[in-house]
Amino acid sequence: MVRNKEIDIKIFLVLILIPIISALVCIGFGRYSISVPETVKVLLNGINSYASDEMAYSVIFNVRLPRILLSMLVGAGLACAGAAFQGLFTNPLATPDTLGVASGASFGAVFAMMFDANLIVVQIMALIFGLIACLITYNISKIKGKSTIVMIVLAGMVVSAMFQAFVSLLKYVADPQDKLPSITYWLMGSMSGATYKTLILGAPFIIIGTLMIFILRWRLNILSLNEDEAKSMGINIKIMRFLIILSASLITSSAVSMCGQVGWVGLLIPHLARMLMGSNNKTVIPISISLGATFMLVIDTFARSATSAEIPLSILTAIIGAPFFIGLLRKTGGAWS
Amino acid sequence: MIFEVKNGSFGYGKKHILNNISFDIKNGDVMSVLGSNGVGKTTLLKCMMGFLKWNEGETYIDKTPLKNIPSKEVWKKIAYVPQAKGSAFPYSALDMTVLGRSAHIGTFKQPKKEDIDIALKAMKDVGILYLKDKLCTQMSGGELQMVLIARALTVSPDMLVLDEPESNLDFKNQLIILDTIKNLSKERNISAIVNTHYPAHALQISDKALMLNRDGTSFYGNSSEVINEENMKKAFNVNVHVDEFVMGKNIYRSVIPLSLA
Repeated sequence: MVRNKEIDIKIFLVLILIPIISALVCIGFGRYSISVPETVKVLLNGINSYASDEMAYSVIFNVRLPRILLSMLVGAGLACAGAAFQGLFTNPLATPDTLGVASGASFGAVFAMMFDANLIVVQIMALIFGLIACLITYNISKIKGKSTIVMIVLAGMVVSAMFQAFVSLLKYVADPQDKLPSITYWLMGSMSGATYKTLILGAPFIIIGTLMIFILRWRLNILSLNEDEAKSMGINIKIMRFLIILSASLITSSAVSMCGQVGWVGLLIPHLARMLMGSNNKTVIPISISLGATFMLVIDTFARSATSAEIPLSILTAIIGAPFFIGLLRKTGGAWS
Repeated sequence: MIFEVKNGSFGYGKKHILNNISFDIKNGDVMSVLGSNGVGKTTLLKCMMGFLKWNEGETYIDKTPLKNIPSKEVWKKIAYVPQAKGSAFPYSALDMTVLGRSAHIGTFKQPKKEDIDIALKAMKDVGILYLKDKLCTQMSGGELQMVLIARALTVSPDMLVLDEPESNLDFKNQLIILDTIKNLSKERNISAIVNTHYPAHALQISDKALMLNRDGTSFYGNSSEVINEENMKKAFNVNVHVDEFVMGKNIYRSVIPLSLA
């Protein structure tokens, strides 16, 4: 059993360095492979390297860097949102996917895409329907002011199924020549649409949400207590809950609108964090952010470079995530039990 | 600090659970709340601390109505020790104890070393420092209850509210909890309101007693006066004998149930 540990300066450095080093390595992968020293040289020289090696510059700065930044951001955000939902709902199985937030957000995004809306509108629609889904789940599961783990999971399943049906309905009426393939492919999750423009539009939402949860991370422990107990800690439980739900939904819907439904991260990474250093959210959140970014980055690098065609992300996260998770569960018995 | 409830009444719909309850306790007082299962002991605690709204009447802290005091201020004075139930996440005892500092820490801030030291001291004071790395999910009921008491002490409260702290515990752990409450009230002048199922425990530790009857009325006064055979019969429908015996220098009193009334 894992004892709860504090994050000291050494662990803090490791948490920062892991994603950065992985990024430097992953930039080099792909059809046009670039060695790590070369990558560092090009990155450090910035615009000046354009003169010396035009090809490397263009591959790194125009093609791979935005995609790598996006995948790290999405991974960090989704892992953080998963950990926050788990703390908030006192439920180790709560994630953006199981609560129906991801499906709700997908519906909102697809709905906006049907009308060729721009990314900001897509994001806002995703956020609105993500929040609606989360609130429906929360209210269905609450019986006499309490919600049990089973009720939350069941309510989440129902809400998720409902919004998935709505998405199917939209797909059914979508133009099969033009809209349908793009929606279907987008839903399976892909970072291929990453440009600096999408980053500028979408990143702030994920960064704000993640930062909010990071700041409130210790209070998440209190929210996971029984309601009266939490109130007796002198926090405004309603405002605190709302802030966490808003932040986590903001992250989820922004991630969904930029790169579709990417499952598993929100479940896998926070549990990995708990197994590593215990359940205190003060440590779970920073570890989730660091490992989430690294995990998504590695998966996406695999997705774009393993075969000549791109493999959809959600397929990879499930194929790699599920056995990995089962192994961890068997090994530790699940750190929450 | 004077904690006071004046004419508190509460009920769901037309059903009256609590009727015209009044009491006041000041620093160092221990008050026991007695009553049969389902009579509304926990409801009383919830109402007086503001988790539920009184239908009529009011709670006062130092003559100021509770609802007019910001909740953060209230929870620097009062600490609530709920019944020990397992938590979903395995926090260590130390992490759990530090949570008690919440009302003293700014909303967007994290606990500092100072807060952790306060938590460690509270654990030492109630004699559970050895538990600090143990996970709350792996503790016995008695251990968890002591952790929750330690957590309440980190608030440095004027008053503790404990909901059946000694139920489900064995003899030894019951004594530890009762002694802890008694010592806190004597040594630190902390007042306490304790829900209990055991009239004998009430006699042992409390100065005052509030006995809730099934019809919503209540008896209130010094515990040795309130806990008598007649009142027990009315509140619990049980014939009891209140026994007193001397052993060494101390007088012990016990309440022996005789038969159903």
